[in-house]
Amino acid sequence: MILAVASGKGGTGKTSVACALALALDRPLTFLDCDVEGANAYLFLHPEFTSREEVLVPYPVIDPVRCNACGRCVENCQFGAMIRLGKKVKLMGNLCHGCGVCRMVCPEDAITMAGRPVGVVHLGTAGVMRFACGELNTGEALSVPIIKRIKEEKDDLVIIDSPPGTSCPAVECIDGTDFALLVTEPTPYGEHDLRSMITVCRRLEVPCGVVVNRSEGDDDIIDSLCRELEVPVLMRIPFKRRVAECYARGRTLLEVFPDMREGLLDLFIEIRGMRK
Amino acid sequence: MTRIAVLSGKGGTGKTTAVASMAWYSKGLVLADCDVDAANLALTMNGSLRTKDDYVGALKAHIDPDACIQCGKCEDACIFGAISDFKVNEIHCEGCGACKVVCPEDAVTLQYLKSGDIYVLDTEKGPMVYAELFPGESNSGKLVSEVRRLADDLAESEDFDVVLIDGPPGTGCPAIASVTGADLILAVTEPSLSGEHDLMRLIDLAQHFSIPLCVAINKWDLHPESAKQIEESCHRKGVLVVGMVPYDPAVLKAIKAMRPLPSLFPRSPAAIAFNRIWREVSKRAVARKGSGVLLKLD
Repeated sequence: MILAVASGKGGTGKTSVACALALALDRPLTFLDCDVEGANAYLFLHPEFTSREEVLVPYPVIDPVRCNACGRCVENCQFGAMIRLGKKVKLMGNLCHGCGVCRMVCPEDAITMAGRPVGVVHLGTAGVMRFACGELNTGEALSVPIIKRIKEEKDDLVIIDSPPGTSCPAVECIDGTDFALLVTEPTPYGEHDLRSMITVCRRLEVPCGVVVNRSEGDDDIIDSLCRELEVPVLMRIPFKRRVAECYARGRTLLEVFPDMREGLLDLFIEIRGMRK
Repeated sequence: MTRIAVLSGKGGTGKTTAVASMAWYSKGLVLADCDVDAANLALTMNGSLRTKDDYVGALKAHIDPDACIQCGKCEDACIFGAISDFKVNEIHCEGCGACKVVCPEDAVTLQYLKSGDIYVLDTEKGPMVYAELFPGESNSGKLVSEVRRLADDLAESEDFDVVLIDGPPGTGCPAIASVTGADLILAVTEPSLSGEHDLMRLIDLAQHFSIPLCVAINKWDLHPESAKQIEESCHRKGVLVVGMVPYDPAVLKAIKAMRPLPSLFPRSPAAIAFNRIWREVSKRAVARKGSGVLLKLD
């Protein structure tokens, strides 16, 4: 089973919930931190890294001798990554998606595709877990190729810590999983972004359920949304200042709430019943 | 015109609260919510709707089933895995047009589809632009650029000196689009290892694009040692910490009441801290006016 822990809004507690769940299960599994723009799960799971791999994306290389600046590539690049400067064509690497259209349309065979590093993936182990995380290089825009590479790590049970948001990187994480556990908070912001996230799950046909973090007893704003959209609230985590204090130093929810272990194991059983 | 972008790296550190509070203390400005995946500033600014327009920004391939001879060349050419069974999966399609280029029967067309809405509101402090990308759509960076352009136009035509940008979390495509051409980045962080880790990534991004950046540590007293450690890390990187905001229950009350913090709790410790930060930030942004640079060419 592949389980994605996700949220529309940032900072709701995705990493906290994903790490606590993985530790509570205390069995062999693979943990994938796919928030490659801010990978933080390693701070809580303390993996030992055994290997490091560069992630390459296809990238056009223009042969200046063959190129006669006809402009076919410029016209056909949908991302504006090719620009003509006088008698030369120049590539704006930040904008390139690596699709290879420029190579296909070049009448002079002046373009070849090479690999360009956009980030790295770190692989290792944390106790009984296999662990992988990724890191987008500074100034690179596209995190999806790195997420795709991390997701190649397979196992009987995989827990994915997703990035915030509801566009490409989050979609890439949730797509093809068996269940999405959506972590939210009982505020208008949390509600607004949870609504978007549920829509994403529906589009991807991935079943989902909700964890309300920082609950202060009155979670009506989330409860009524979940009733309206018929999504179950599977767990509530109470608000405590001590949670923030422990989180600050990389300690997990289980250290603040030792009783939560059973709740998390029940949560996992429920998820298994609802999975795709 | 001065452009100030509020970012954080890590999500949930208080960007939107900072933006709403600073806007409240300003003499008037244009607001741009560039977190198009999770646009929350409008929930707090309580503006009245001026315009709502379609965002037609998603270019997607379409295969005409009558013209398609099922040769499979498009499927081989698509590096995004968006074509199977001679149909385009719109979620995975990035609109590159490789399928159109290789199709021997001209069965493929590229079509712009609506993928979101762009709104202009009138708030107490000036016009505000924000967008809602449809959930699951791609190309958020392009929509961010569109929001930025509209905000700049409004500042120009209605004579506002400042554009204040509420940015997305992360350091990828939408974050880069949010800071391009900004005069100053205010990074809002929190006292935790995660907050610090993501802040350092954001500082690297700002230095990569040569944009001045200063830091505010929100909820600093939740873990004073971490706050101190962040201050030291910033110092080592030559980055100024312009303010410390204490943990304040009034912040959550204001978010739940959907109003800017200082409008409800002007004497709250967090509001007072944001007021001080705004004075520092606006002063510094003006001083570096025009120093923002565009995306570097490779």
